[in-house]
Amino acid sequence: MTTANSTAKTGTTMNRHKIGMLFFISSEIFFFLTLLSSYAYLSGAFGNLPRESLAVPRTFLFSLFLFSSSLTIWFAERAFHRGRHAAFRGWMLATIALGLVFLTGQAIEYTELIRTGITLNYDVFSSAFFTLTGFHGLHVITGLIMLGSLTGLSFAGKLGPENESAVATISYYWHFVDAVWVAVFTVAYLIFI
Amino acid sequence: MRQESIAPHALPFPPLNKGWGWLAWFSTTDHKKIGILYMVTSLFFFGVGGIEALLIRIQLAAPNAKVLTPQEYDAIFTMHGTTMIFLVVMPLFIGIANYLVPLMIGARDVAFPRLNALGFWVFLLGGIVIYLALFTGSLADAGWFSYAPLSEAAYSSRPGVDYWIVGLIETGVGTIGAAVNLLATIVRYRAPGMTWRRMPLFVWMMMITSLIILYALTPLNAGLIMLLGDRILHLHFFRANVSGGSAILWQHIFWFFGHPEVYIMALPAFGMMSEVVPVFSRKPIFGYTFVAGSGIAIGLLSFAVWVHHMFAVGLSTPMNAAFSAASMLIAVPTGVKIFNWSTTMFRGRLRMDTPLLFAAAFIIQFVIGGITGVMFAAVPIDWQLTDSYFVVAHFHYVLFGGSMFALWAGVYYWYPKITGRLMDERLGRWHFWLAVIGFNMTFFVQHILGLIGMPRRVYTYPNLPGYGTMNMISTIGAFILAIAVLLFLWNLVVSFRRGKVAGDNPWDAWTLEWATTSPPPEHNFEKLPPVHSARPLFDLAHPEMADNPKYRTEAKA
Repeated sequence: MTTANSTAKTGTTMNRHKIGMLFFISSEIFFFLTLLSSYAYLSGAFGNLPRESLAVPRTFLFSLFLFSSSLTIWFAERAFHRGRHAAFRGWMLATIALGLVFLTGQAIEYTELIRTGITLNYDVFSSAFFTLTGFHGLHVITGLIMLGSLTGLSFAGKLGPENESAVATISYYWHFVDAVWVAVFTVAYLIFI
Repeated sequence: MRQESIAPHALPFPPLNKGWGWLAWFSTTDHKKIGILYMVTSLFFFGVGGIEALLIRIQLAAPNAKVLTPQEYDAIFTMHGTTMIFLVVMPLFIGIANYLVPLMIGARDVAFPRLNALGFWVFLLGGIVIYLALFTGSLADAGWFSYAPLSEAAYSSRPGVDYWIVGLIETGVGTIGAAVNLLATIVRYRAPGMTWRRMPLFVWMMMITSLIILYALTPLNAGLIMLLGDRILHLHFFRANVSGGSAILWQHIFWFFGHPEVYIMALPAFGMMSEVVPVFSRKPIFGYTFVAGSGIAIGLLSFAVWVHHMFAVGLSTPMNAAFSAASMLIAVPTGVKIFNWSTTMFRGRLRMDTPLLFAAAFIIQFVIGGITGVMFAAVPIDWQLTDSYFVVAHFHYVLFGGSMFALWAGVYYWYPKITGRLMDERLGRWHFWLAVIGFNMTFFVQHILGLIGMPRRVYTYPNLPGYGTMNMISTIGAFILAIAVLLFLWNLVVSFRRGKVAGDNPWDAWTLEWATTSPPPEHNFEKLPPVHSARPLFDLAHPEMADNPKYRTEAKA
């Protein structure tokens, strides 16, 4: 006797949520690749503006907060699997805090650019820069909303072992957001500066 | 007969729609109902796009005609292309896949029933938004690929293009949702025993198509967002005249999407061909592995040929040469498939029902479109013929003579599964012959028109030798084609009420969708046959000649 939706020997052992999220993320990669390659394509016309207006060391410092949040969410997941809910919530709150610090850094960067008159439609550099980093920022915010919901559910006692795939998929997404920033930082702050 | 029973499997979400009457169609998460919603919606848009095509042909029937203003003509050909590609062919394939893929792999439903419903409604919203522009008194009129700077605010100041962008982003989001869902379903919910090499080829092709959707549609959406930013927030991406923006960048982004898009509209057709041809030739498909493998090759190559749409831009010679070679290369896996289907038919016991008629016409017409496609891969030929009616003839041979004919083969083949009744054969034959005559009459002469220099997208033309006659032939052909389409729609309606009752498996087909009732119950299957090969129902009926020798058993009385 077999179930229609069983894995038997044909399917993988991953569940549908993880598979779906991985396919979705792979699609998102191409979204960012398009923004990144457009940034590179247009960079010939940027002139000295990126060098003069972007604060590379400071942004690198704020990037470290985002990078380390990949570590804290990994600890959170580990705590979740071991059934240590308090530790899970603690690591989740740490992840959220690190994400918020990163966003603060981005807000400072944006405010300074806009104060010096480099607004969204100032020139081709500002268009490409704000679009690229802005869409990454939107993804960070989306991730934070998901992390917040998960943490809230945990505090409400509504997150059990059966929600393992929710924790896993959101963690995939967060790692992805983190990895995208590695690419964005490399392209916008290191290569085409 | 051995059949394995299926334990009742809890669906991911309880059905939300018990006792809601017709309102259930709005709340349904059943893959079959959502499939039907996709199909009905695309048929509606097919009517809209068809009327637009006829308006184009009326305007072009005679030289110096003034039926439409140039402005109206531009809007109508833009909307014709956009409608047929994004609101007809893509959703029609996705709808049919939604209905059939779970059945073909022996699953109860898709992996994400609610995502599936969301995908459909977001797609529909996008379709409506594109046409909502009508209420602003303008429609998108920059062509289906909306080249910058024409599509920029400076040259298209009315809001039609904005609606077009927002609508396309929405249909794109819906389509990506559908693709994620199909992929997770195929990866995770195949019946026991259905290994990759036993999967129906339509499922194979839909899997590759879904992957192409994932990696082609997001770049389009990124590009559309940039274009919208240019138009509304005055960004500088594609505005070549201000501070370093690049109109060519739009072309790169668009065609990075645009060429894989061709295969999004062709691979499902290949999948349908690979189901219909063997069943109506009474033979297993010739070279199953090659059909699947060449599909993968096409999927990969489709991302490496986009610059052949841009040969006339004046990019570097090495760039043109590399993309020319890659474009010619893609003819190889496509050619492999043509051989697969013809050799399957060769020495088969052909059953000349309507599905096989359409499939046979597909092979011939698609080969013509394919050959003109290889011609365009040669840079000098492209320079000579680009933006002429030769291009129009080429892609209509691929997308209408190809994809649409395969779709018709598929509709006649699977209609009995979906409705429980066969489509009328006599009407089907009329539909077929009128479609073949009308289609070839409309588009074959356009090759010649293009060769003698008629540019595409002009609203009228002077009375040059041959122009008037050939355009009139084309217009008459278009009306014959329109009659064929009306017969098809009529056939759908009358057969639904009065068609012959089909039974579970009217064609003696072999794949799992025919193992259940027509139409299938909400939970799809009562029992599933064991899957030991790509043709489980054939094995069940002929255990002594089972495709997989390991499972052959002596014939029973």
